[in-house]
Amino acid sequence: MTAKIYTRLDANSAAAAKGFSDLSIRNLFIIPTIAFLIIFNVFPLLYSLGYSFTDFRASTNAPANFVGLRNYRELLTDPFIWRNFTITAKYVIISVTGQVIVGFGLAMLLNREFPLKGLVTTLLLLPMMLSMAVVGLFWKLLYDPSFGIINYFLGLGKFEWLADPNVALYAIALTDIWMWSPFVMLLSLAGLSAVPKHLYEAAEIDRASSLYTFFRITLPLVAPILMIAIIFRTMEAFKTFDLAYILSSQPNAELIAIRLYKMAFLEWQTGMSSAFAYIVLIMVVAITNIYVKYLNKVKER
Amino acid sequence: MSAVRTQKNIWLNRTAIVAVLVALVIMLVPIYWIAATAFKPRNLATTVPPTVSFEPTVAPFVKLFVKRSQLRKPVPDEEYQSAPWWEKMVLDGGEKVVRTGRGKIRSSGYGDRFMNSIIISVISTFLAVSMGTLTAYGFSRFKVKGEDDWLFFILSTRMLPPVVVAIPMYLMYRVVGLNDSHLGLIILYTAFNLSFSVWIMKGFIDEIPKEYEEAALVDGYTRMQAFFKIVLPEAMTGIAATAVFCFITAWNEYAFALIMTNRNAQTAPPYIPSQVGSGLPDWTVIAAGTFLFLLPVAIFTFLLRNHLLRGMSFGAIRK
Repeated sequence: MTAKIYTRLDANSAAAAKGFSDLSIRNLFIIPTIAFLIIFNVFPLLYSLGYSFTDFRASTNAPANFVGLRNYRELLTDPFIWRNFTITAKYVIISVTGQVIVGFGLAMLLNREFPLKGLVTTLLLLPMMLSMAVVGLFWKLLYDPSFGIINYFLGLGKFEWLADPNVALYAIALTDIWMWSPFVMLLSLAGLSAVPKHLYEAAEIDRASSLYTFFRITLPLVAPILMIAIIFRTMEAFKTFDLAYILSSQPNAELIAIRLYKMAFLEWQTGMSSAFAYIVLIMVVAITNIYVKYLNKVKER
Repeated sequence: MSAVRTQKNIWLNRTAIVAVLVALVIMLVPIYWIAATAFKPRNLATTVPPTVSFEPTVAPFVKLFVKRSQLRKPVPDEEYQSAPWWEKMVLDGGEKVVRTGRGKIRSSGYGDRFMNSIIISVISTFLAVSMGTLTAYGFSRFKVKGEDDWLFFILSTRMLPPVVVAIPMYLMYRVVGLNDSHLGLIILYTAFNLSFSVWIMKGFIDEIPKEYEEAALVDGYTRMQAFFKIVLPEAMTGIAATAVFCFITAWNEYAFALIMTNRNAQTAPPYIPSQVGSGLPDWTVIAAGTFLFLLPVAIFTFLLRNHLLRGMSFGAIRK
């Protein structure tokens, strides 16, 4: 029967005479979406690829001059841009590591039965559903050196979280960890609850130490899902804009996305920023590829 | 031996639950604090040490919606007495309500921004979910050449950094006059959510047995009828969950809104932070704006709780 449904993809079949054929329904359902995405995602990117070889500035009426690969050459040899990349790498490592430790830790704690478990889990997930920009805004209130509650409860006096150039990046990462640890927790919890109980029972009979059980049973079985969480968070942390832009304007905390925004929309170096966007794009596509590979791997299990 | 183990396990369990509760309190303090600040009188918002117990007031919400200006001199007593309760709250704060020449109250920008957020999020969600459901059905039930590549292409559009897409879109919108328009943001958010909605809906539709439609086709339904009368009702839960996810994403979006809008179509996320400005911001009003803005998302999170995992993993992990 299934085979028959598939063979009806033939536009001249008997079924096609009655209403739309399967072939035309398939096209009717799929093509608009593909077309929409091409028009509003691919076409703009091609458009800016063109601009990336020019010295165009959207703020003036001066025509764009073709400059070849000059933008790319300048960007790749600009020490300031490399600094943005270093800062971003540092940010990604701190924030994703923090999220994995806190998130996985929470998942280990939650992976047992207790009253109101569902409610507690949902409440823990709340931060990641909120708007990054607005979260950044109210963390500004919490971080305030004179009346912020963080300094008060930690007894840090007038500690400058956001204005100190050496601290700002860590403060942004801390907020990101608060916001996104629940995401790692959610995925880890799914991995943990999928570990067959009999493995633990067997380990207990063998009197395996809890450390051994963790490294030999729990971790390997949760690893694929945890990996998805890590890659996804890495990609998102790499793109971070909202949170960092709202929280701090410290040059030491200037992530790539912020540099790109300033170059494009405050300095109006349209051509140069288009080239920069392409460099960033290539990196994101690379991470996306790895991500999808893992996604399919987990799906097939 | 076994008794010792059990004893140890019970102890371990209790410690874990206590640790969870401590973590829960730490995670929720920031959210509680913003909610509490939204109901504080202004003079208690930024005290040292922090004010924990206070008499809640709705003054911040009143101030949030009306345009205010500093009072230069105190208002006469009878004018104060005849003012409605909400205006008294503004007057008590040393400010007066700004009125037009005809005496109509002027509103602050918040209400308009909030409405913009609702309009843009609802319409873009509707578009993304309806197109996404159809496309997901197409990919789920029919053979498509290079299916995996198409699906990868669809997902990859979601992964693009917003600022990267915003540069050419800004230039193109400028040409066609879509900058600072509702339609402009609706298109961007629809494109952004479409990929998510295709991926997640494909998972939901894959789970509906093909036999249902096949039976309907045998009974003389056309494919189109089978889709609308059999598949859609079955997929309703999935569609609802997807819609809520898309709505939250659009509702929270900041970068596109910051770049593409400034007045007419501006949504709440770029507007609320812009109110901090310089000098001494009134944190109670900012907190009130934030609180109202976060409230729908908090409610939706509870409605979504059983689908969060699936949504957050693009449908890869099901429960």
